[in-house]
This record gives sequence, structure tokens and C-alpha cells, in this order.
Amino acid sequence: MPAPAVERLIQQLARLPGLGPRSARRAALHLIQRPEAALSPLLRALADVQDTVRTCSQCGNIDGRDPCEICRDPERDATALCVVERVGDLWAFERAGAFRGRYHVLGGVLSALDGVRPEDLAIDGLIRRASAPGLTEVVLATNATLDGQTTAHYLAERLAPTGVAVTRLAHGMPVGGELDYLDDGTLATALRLRRPIER
Amino acid sequence: MRRQPRLAPGPDRAAGCALRRLTLTNFRSYGDFRLETEAAAVVLTGPNGVGKTNILEAISLLTPGRGLRGARLQAIGRRDGPGGWAAAATVEGPLGTAMLGVGADAVQDGSSRKVQVDGEPAKGQTALAERLAAVWLTPQMDRLFVDGADERRRYLDRLAATFDPAHIGRTTAYRNAMRQRLALLKEGGADARWLDALEAEMAARGVAVAAARAEAAHRLDHAAADGVTAFPRAAVQVVGLVEDLLADGPALRAEDALRARLAADRRRDGDAGVTDAGPHRSDMAVVDRASGMAAADGSTGEQKALLVSLTFAAARMVARAIGMAPLLLLDEAAAHFDPVRRDALFDEALALGGQLWVSGADAGQLAPLSGRADWLTLGQSGDRAIIT
Repeated sequence: MPAPAVERLIQQLARLPGLGPRSARRAALHLIQRPEAALSPLLRALADVQDTVRTCSQCGNIDGRDPCEICRDPERDATALCVVERVGDLWAFERAGAFRGRYHVLGGVLSALDGVRPEDLAIDGLIRRASAPGLTEVVLATNATLDGQTTAHYLAERLAPTGVAVTRLAHGMPVGGELDYLDDGTLATALRLRRPIER
Repeated sequence: MRRQPRLAPGPDRAAGCALRRLTLTNFRSYGDFRLETEAAAVVLTGPNGVGKTNILEAISLLTPGRGLRGARLQAIGRRDGPGGWAAAATVEGPLGTAMLGVGADAVQDGSSRKVQVDGEPAKGQTALAERLAAVWLTPQMDRLFVDGADERRRYLDRLAATFDPAHIGRTTAYRNAMRQRLALLKEGGADARWLDALEAEMAARGVAVAAARAEAAHRLDHAAADGVTAFPRAAVQVVGLVEDLLADGPALRAEDALRARLAADRRRDGDAGVTDAGPHRSDMAVVDRASGMAAADGSTGEQKALLVSLTFAAARMVARAIGMAPLLLLDEAAAHFDPVRRDALFDEALALGGQLWVSGADAGQLAPLSGRADWLTLGQSGDRAIIT
């Protein structure tokens, strides 16, 4: 049996997303057996995060400053706002480097069964930002799940009075995808949302 | 084991799929079970409760879905076993030989089935569908025509999923949206825009579900009209509000109409605690093609004969849809038939082209398969099959 302190470490690690009891035990052993190379740097990183990282009061991003770097960046396109469910989705957009506007993190999606209601999400802040002068487009980048699409539909209705253009991500052919491997729903959506070829 | 006739191409010339080896670990009554066969048909006999149906269930779980018992993962592990279970098989089909495995670790609520193909973890169950398909007939299905419409919709959903793997996901999403809408309506005072959003999702997914079911029913009806058979031919269609909307115009108009109906029904649905309109209220109507008699009105024997005919039609339909004649699993299927019908049952089943697996406590009823199948007599010792 591991010592009580080690057992507590395993229990805490096992609570992390993607880690089960077995992988938590492996991670704990790894940390304990490499105190200088793994445990100490991890402790410092955790302390740094606790001391310095905060949630951006404008967009909901996680950063060392409030407002975050993206909200403060004057080079960002101030006319476009991309609405995402979670910070991880924002990071995905930034990795892709395809969006140069600013973001708004909802903090989840509507779900009557999970008790997530409109007031639990950062929707009022979104309406305020969408009503600000200069903003011309809100991109709804929620997931293509039932709750993601329901939330996008709800937001489109809430945003309608602001007069801003509301768009959402296209559904269809993945880059590098082959038609023969697409499921029927994706193929049908891709056909329905086809676009003229730009010349 | 002596060699039995190998599979011949089915009536539509779709190559058949077959199991060559089956291994069960902590599965239902079996701790460690293994069998190998080269035959076009396998007969499982033995006394009641010895585990014949468990073997058929294990095979059915090697295809997408919850198997022929519709069991939850938690119910499958061996009683007093470690909790986890596995079923693995070597299968032959048009794509060659593959090793399929399904199972679950010590199962907790919400855990999902693990799937492996050729030793590699597969994402989701659709990888199984490329290698193996199965159609089954079990005693629980004897009441298919007389019980509630739920079972008939599930039957059709399984068939629709063979040519449209996304169908099951859409039915799940539709039911999820329906539950969320009802929860909001029952609470009262819900944000109307939230209800709008849920009803839009219900309409889009509900019409897609109805369209896939209608296509499945059409293909099944077509397959039921074909072939020479000693059993009554069935005529099949889906009936319901959304099907009527789809028959009257394009899908987008059907979506608009369903959405409008849901919006109009909010108060009534909230008060009643049920959703009045949608594909969850549709039904599969089956009639005897020759007499026009509704299947539910027939005698027990007539219903069983129609069910056999429908099962064979489903096997033909699947073979046409995916180019592979499915396994046919018949659990105690011969019980209600006279010797002439029994001969026809097995002759027609073998002619479908997929490997045939038959179980029965009364070996005498399975005599028509003598010399045409591997016979496995299961003893009470459980793990060991005596192959004769």
C-alpha cells in the first residue's frame, strides 16, 4: 500500500480529465522517482499558475493579465468576435492561426438535463459586446453536438436585435478527407452548404 | 472437427460473412470459452439455461448496437466474475479475414464498449460494421407485432443503421433534445428562445430519422417481395405524422411543419409530460402481402411465420445494402413449426449466403441441419463445448 501522502497524490491526479486510477498511479510514481527533473518543476509551475493566471474579465480567456493579451492586442480585428464554448476551443483557433478577431468564451453550453441555463453562461456579456459600435460579425463556433447547436441557435435569436451579422462554422468535408469515408450526414451537409469556386 | 460445406454466395451474390473462431472471457455463464468452426452452419444444442443464447448474444455484440438482448454493459459480465468481459472472433468476409474484439473493463455507469479490430483499438463501433453484420430472430421478438411500437421502431432503426451508420446518433440526439424540451416545459416559465432552439434541433434531426426509417422500410418491403419462400411475404411501411409530412413535400418543409407543431403543442406537452408529435410516435406497419391481414391480427403460428419471412427479408436487405450477406442467428426459431416448415426454415436460411447459427433445446427439431452443420452440444460444465 502506498503511504497516505502518495495515496492522496494519486487521488488528486486521478481526478484530472483523461487520467484514470491506473495512469494516476503511473504519473505519481514518475513524479516521486524524479524529484528534481519532474516533481520540483511541476510544483513551481503549479504555484506560478495559482499566483499569476486569471480569467479575462472581457472574453473569459485564461491569461497572466486581465484583460488578456488577445483583448489588449491593437492588431486584432475589432470588427469580428468568435464565440467558443471553452478556453480549449479558443486555444485551438489560435493554434490554427486562422482567426484574427477577438473571442468570447461562453463557459459551456445550454443543457436542461445538466441544469446549465442561459444565466449560467457568459451570454449577457456577449450581448453587450455584440452591441458595441464597430463590431460587425459574431461567429458562433460551438461544437457540432446537439447541445452545441442548440446553444448556437439560441444565441442567434438573442443576438438578432443587435443587428450584427451572425455566422456559424461550416459543416462538411474535412481537409484531406475522402468522400468514400464520409458518413452520410456529413456528406449531405457538405453538399447542402456547397459554395461557388472562387476565381 | 469434421469439415462441413463452406459458404456459397447468397441469392444476390453478396459474399457471406462467417465466424471461424469465437472466444469468450467472463461473458455471462462463460469464464473461458472457445470454439472453432469451418462450417456454413453451426447448431448449438443443450438443456435450458446452459448458455446457448449467450453465445448468440456474444456474436451479435460483435456488430454495432447492444446485441440481441439489448443488454447494458453492466449486465454482461460473468456473475461473481471480476466485472469486465470480452468477446473476440476471427471472421471471414468480402474484405478478407479480421480479428474483432469487444468488451468492457470492470464496468461502471457510463462506461462504453471497447472495440478492437485486428488488435488495434477502434474508435466507435462502425469499424465492426465493415467486417461483420448479423440479423437475428429470438423468442423475445415473437411479440414484435403485438407489443408497443417502441420495439418495432428499434427493429427498423437497427436496419437503417446498416446503410446509414449515423442514424443511431441522430435518434439519440433527437431523444436527448426531446427530453430537454420536456424538462423545460414541465418546469414552466422557460425561455421561449431556448425552446425555439431545441425544437429546431428536434425538427431537423427528427425528419432525418423519419427519412432513414422510411428508406429502411422501403428496402425491407422490396426485399420481402423477392425470392421463393414457403413463408408468407410481408409488406412493410412506416406510418406517422412525420412520414406523412415527408410524403407531402420536401424535407425542409417537413422540418418547418414539425417545428411549428412542436411550438403549438408546448402547453399541452408540458401538461401531459409527453411529446405528442414526432418520429418517436411513428410505427412500423406489417401486413401479410397476400391476404392484407395485419400481422398483429394473425394467430401465433401466422405471426411467427411472418416474422421468419421478415427476418429473411432483413438479411437480403442488409446483403444488398452493404454487399455482404450477414450472419443469421436463430434462437429457438423452429419451435412453432411443423416438419415441412422446419425444413423450409433451414433450407431458406442456408440459401441466404451468410453463416447460420441456430440454437435449440430440442435437437430433434434441428434434424434438418444434420450433415449440413457443425453441432455443438453444450454441457452443464459451462466452459466446455462438446463438438460432434
